[in-house]
Amino acid sequence: MTTPLAQVGFYEAWWVQILKAIVIFAVGLQLVPVVLLAERKVLGRFQARYGPNRVGPYGALQPLADIVKLLTKEQFRPTTSVGVLFAVAPLISILTAVAAFAIIPFGNVQHIFGERVGLYGVDLSIGPLYLFAFGAMAFYGIMLGGWSSGSKYSFLGAMRGAAQLISYEVSQGLALVGVIISAQTLSLTGIVTAQKGMWYLVPQFFGFLIFLTASFAETNRAPFDLTEADAELVGGYNTEYGGGRFASYYFAEYLNVLVVSGIVTTIFLGGWLLPFGIHPPGWVDPFVVLFKMSLITFLFIWVRATLPRLRYDQLMSFGWKVLLPLATLNALVTAVLVVVTH
Amino acid sequence: MSAATPGDEQPSAPAAPQSGAPATLPVQSWSPGEDVIEVTRTPAPGAARGTWRTFRETVRGMKTTLGRMVEAPTTVQYPEEKTAVYPRFRGRHKLHRFEDSDPTHPSLEKCVGCSLCAAACPADCIRVVAAENTPENRVSAGERYAAVYEINLSRCIFCGYCEVACPFDAITMGHDYELSDYDRADLIFTKEMLLAEPLERTPLRNEGE
Repeated sequence: MTTPLAQVGFYEAWWVQILKAIVIFAVGLQLVPVVLLAERKVLGRFQARYGPNRVGPYGALQPLADIVKLLTKEQFRPTTSVGVLFAVAPLISILTAVAAFAIIPFGNVQHIFGERVGLYGVDLSIGPLYLFAFGAMAFYGIMLGGWSSGSKYSFLGAMRGAAQLISYEVSQGLALVGVIISAQTLSLTGIVTAQKGMWYLVPQFFGFLIFLTASFAETNRAPFDLTEADAELVGGYNTEYGGGRFASYYFAEYLNVLVVSGIVTTIFLGGWLLPFGIHPPGWVDPFVVLFKMSLITFLFIWVRATLPRLRYDQLMSFGWKVLLPLATLNALVTAVLVVVTH
Repeated sequence: MSAATPGDEQPSAPAAPQSGAPATLPVQSWSPGEDVIEVTRTPAPGAARGTWRTFRETVRGMKTTLGRMVEAPTTVQYPEEKTAVYPRFRGRHKLHRFEDSDPTHPSLEKCVGCSLCAAACPADCIRVVAAENTPENRVSAGERYAAVYEINLSRCIFCGYCEVACPFDAITMGHDYELSDYDRADLIFTKEMLLAEPLERTPLRNEGE
């Protein structure tokens, strides 16, 4: 109770923690190429074409081919760039994405070989705040990358990114307040166990929509992908990047999609819980979470296939004039209801 | 729709009623026609209604794209599956022989080496060198034949003037469109190449397709 920053919900032996970290990231990082391929295939189907189908069976090795291509490319940078920051910026992006991945719970505490192991990286008493902390730092990855490139396109992309991420982070955070008030905890495993009776998708439906919309903006995905608007800014903040550094940005983008899917799953879709009182054995939990995550990822791709990119003033007025009042109203109504019903 | 009120058209003459004498109306009211679609514009929605409309239209759009997902892809898997062409598609040229001689030795060529195709060619990509037919070496049906007949397909614009100019239908535009190569010199097609049947036939489009 005296910890200054946060309490960790459940301690394990040090070697369990190390093993756990390796397993979670070994599995979690394999999901990125899968999402990459899934996006291209599903997007293809939405546009009445096949998507990649040349490399390997059904194009299954396409991400591998892409990665090999990117990693074997020359590392170059413009003469106008700021060297150190140019190299560090993609690392910040990937670091924050990986760090946020640590708090997604894939299951409850299990007994594995006589040890009690929580199926998550870490269970913090400040779960969503940790997420927003790293979300705020992820903005430096984009901002520094765009600025240090020394290119006008990159700079414009970075500027847009800065304004966009700051605007939408507010709504994103406020949308979760309703859930946190109802669950009475900030721990993500606590939020999942609080959904035993009913997933927060139903009572917090508006919170869900607001959070999802703000998350599209936070992950720089369509229709809020103004930071990399290909049509106007070539590639936005990553215009000057190529090879491995570009791969890092790309990787971070898809990992962010996974993280947001995981957070939505945990907070609104009941995490590893199944409806209708089904209680499967513990080893099923991660698969339940992964299945729900894939649904949200599909939604990301679906939205990308549907909605056109917003204009910059539309983005700003939507964020501040529509999303923020709605999120505030949602938090307010939830608070009043909780006080009245208790 | 068709009966537009003349009062809107002519505010300067409100005194003359429409049902009165037609002579007082110098300009007939103009009707845009029966097939004009009327666009109804509602007043701009307020905040709540605007939000709802945005949400509703977004969902409608999502429904549309999901509907496309269950449809089969329209992709033509190109190298394996070739795009069908129309019968009058102008692809790579073909030179023709007569078909009525016996199959043991090559039949006579239709081309008589008149160079009219070369004269008609706007891209100047055809080169013809004519030679005299002799009783021992009879190549074409006329007095002369094309000893050299070359088309530089990297210059050809596939306008089809050559087949129009040809008096004997000796040259026609075929259906081959796969004409890329690694070397420009390989794109100069000689008479033997143009006379030979293409290795692979380009699929033809069906009637009405």
